[in-house]
Amino acid sequence: MRKILFPILGLALLLAWPFVAEKIGSPALITLFTRMMILGLAASALNIALGFGGLVSLGHAAFYGIGAYAIGISTTHAISGEPFLGLVSGSNLLIVNVLVAVVVSGMAAAIIGALALRTSGIQFIMITLAFAQMVFFLFLALKAYGGDDGLTFRRRNALFDLNMRDDATFFYVTLGFLLVWLGICARVLHSRFGLLLGGIRQNERRMQAIGVNTFRLKWFAFIISGMGAGLAGALMANLGRFVSPDLMHWTTSGELLIMCVLGGSGTILGPVLGAFALIGLEATLNTWTEHWQAILGPLLVLMVLAFRGGLARIGGRKP
Amino acid sequence: MTLVLEQLLNGVQLGVMLFLLAAGLTLVFGIMGVINLAHGSLYMVGAYAAALAAKMTGSFLLAIPAGLAAAALTGMAVEYLVIRHLYARDHLDQVLATFGLILFFNQMIILLFGRQPIFVQIPPFLSGAIDLGLFPYPIYRLCIIAAGLLSAAALYFLIQRTRLGMLVRAGATHREMVQALGVDIRLLYTIVFGLGALLAGFAGLMAGPLLSVQVGMGEQILIMTFVVVVIGGLGSVAGAFWGALLVGLVDTSLRAFLPQIMRGFMAGSEADALASGISAMGVYLLMALVLLIKPKGLFPGHA
Repeated sequence: MRKILFPILGLALLLAWPFVAEKIGSPALITLFTRMMILGLAASALNIALGFGGLVSLGHAAFYGIGAYAIGISTTHAISGEPFLGLVSGSNLLIVNVLVAVVVSGMAAAIIGALALRTSGIQFIMITLAFAQMVFFLFLALKAYGGDDGLTFRRRNALFDLNMRDDATFFYVTLGFLLVWLGICARVLHSRFGLLLGGIRQNERRMQAIGVNTFRLKWFAFIISGMGAGLAGALMANLGRFVSPDLMHWTTSGELLIMCVLGGSGTILGPVLGAFALIGLEATLNTWTEHWQAILGPLLVLMVLAFRGGLARIGGRKP
Repeated sequence: MTLVLEQLLNGVQLGVMLFLLAAGLTLVFGIMGVINLAHGSLYMVGAYAAALAAKMTGSFLLAIPAGLAAAALTGMAVEYLVIRHLYARDHLDQVLATFGLILFFNQMIILLFGRQPIFVQIPPFLSGAIDLGLFPYPIYRLCIIAAGLLSAAALYFLIQRTRLGMLVRAGATHREMVQALGVDIRLLYTIVFGLGALLAGFAGLMAGPLLSVQVGMGEQILIMTFVVVVIGGLGSVAGAFWGALLVGLVDTSLRAFLPQIMRGFMAGSEADALASGISAMGVYLLMALVLLIKPKGLFPGHA
């Protein structure tokens, strides 16, 4: 009962949120919640690698940023009318751009994953971080697309005839994407692939012994995970109508990991819950003091030392 | 030719700095199995403590022990309060807890010193350049190279030739056995962590006069250090040494020579932008290459 009740309550709250925020006179809360949902999507994407595949990636900011840049670059070309590399013209349609973002970040994840998955454990953590830094520096040096200033575009991408300027509309669009993504996650993870992945996480050698190509499955999980992060980046680019290398700063990767663990890695809704908790906490601490990180840091340490399993598992829910 | 030699020396200088950091990181990993993201924070603490001491006393010689002591004590406190509880945990918990430590240290430094970078003067008796026969070279940088190489030699001696080093090596491979023989392994771990922190602080205080001392300086070099450790092989101090020199040389030469090479092919400004991008990515490409050939690094440790 509980298993269905909480998600439905949460969904109802989200559906009503823009009205509530307008009523209590702080429309800025709509954007805050949109941000939470987008980062929740990114954390949930990371969770496919982390929670279900057991791959601790400290480099997901790269895919998140690549997804965002796909939007920024495509939109800029659509506005200027110049084709990208003289070949493909840009687009201003959200659906097209999101597809591009997902495909491009998936390709990046395929390349980085193929190299990084040759290692495991701590080395995997360090290597994903190093590759993410490499992508970060690449975009920092990309003067044609703003370098460290980033790219700004005036209008959000178009979706049907919706008024995307309106923050509440964009809130619902984001919610739609989040729900679709979570649906895909649930499908994937209950499929044969998801079960095999769980087996690999628990005992890779045993899975190899029964004839599973574990490298390929982990690689697929990493790619899907990168695609989800790219989707989140695409939405974030649209929310702020701005992309910059800051999006792929390595601390973003760290925060995504925190969201997963805080909410409960290995659960479907946990990472989203974790994103809401972490961003909510950050926003609250930020109203108290500019130096909120000095409080957040020790809180994180305490969280790791004191309680394990995450928010989604409080109250005895099974992983 | 002289330019090439000069840049090679610069590369070695960066290399020994990276080694000082990588040695601590790889020791802590090799012996305790802990990944410590906050290692860069100890470097930062060393740099700030030395800068503060130099400002208050006006003496660089007094700044050295101040930086070393601050980094080592901070390191041992961190080990005692946090890292000690992470030995039995998985790497994810270690990453998260040490990430929290980074946030804490960065904000505390901002609270104490503000966001403005601090510039430290090269001490007068080390400023100026010395003629190496072919070209003049800054004395300070030569001193860093000498100090780094001396530290490496001392570390080698400590690990290979002393009782403490023997316990460290034994603790890395046969933890329970060492414990069963009556060695206080917790104290040993605290000492090793403090030693790593001391080396990081040493790198930090030497870097002070070359780079500006600022918040975030630790993370920048930490990620380079990761590359070094991965290339050299996790847990291997010798690997950290050769890996650090390799990364230092590759990074410095790419930054120094690539722009000119690129200008041979394309317009000046474009070449500069592209060259700076590629040289920033260079060491990461090097790491990818090494991993393709030797997934465990050049000198795989026992860990």
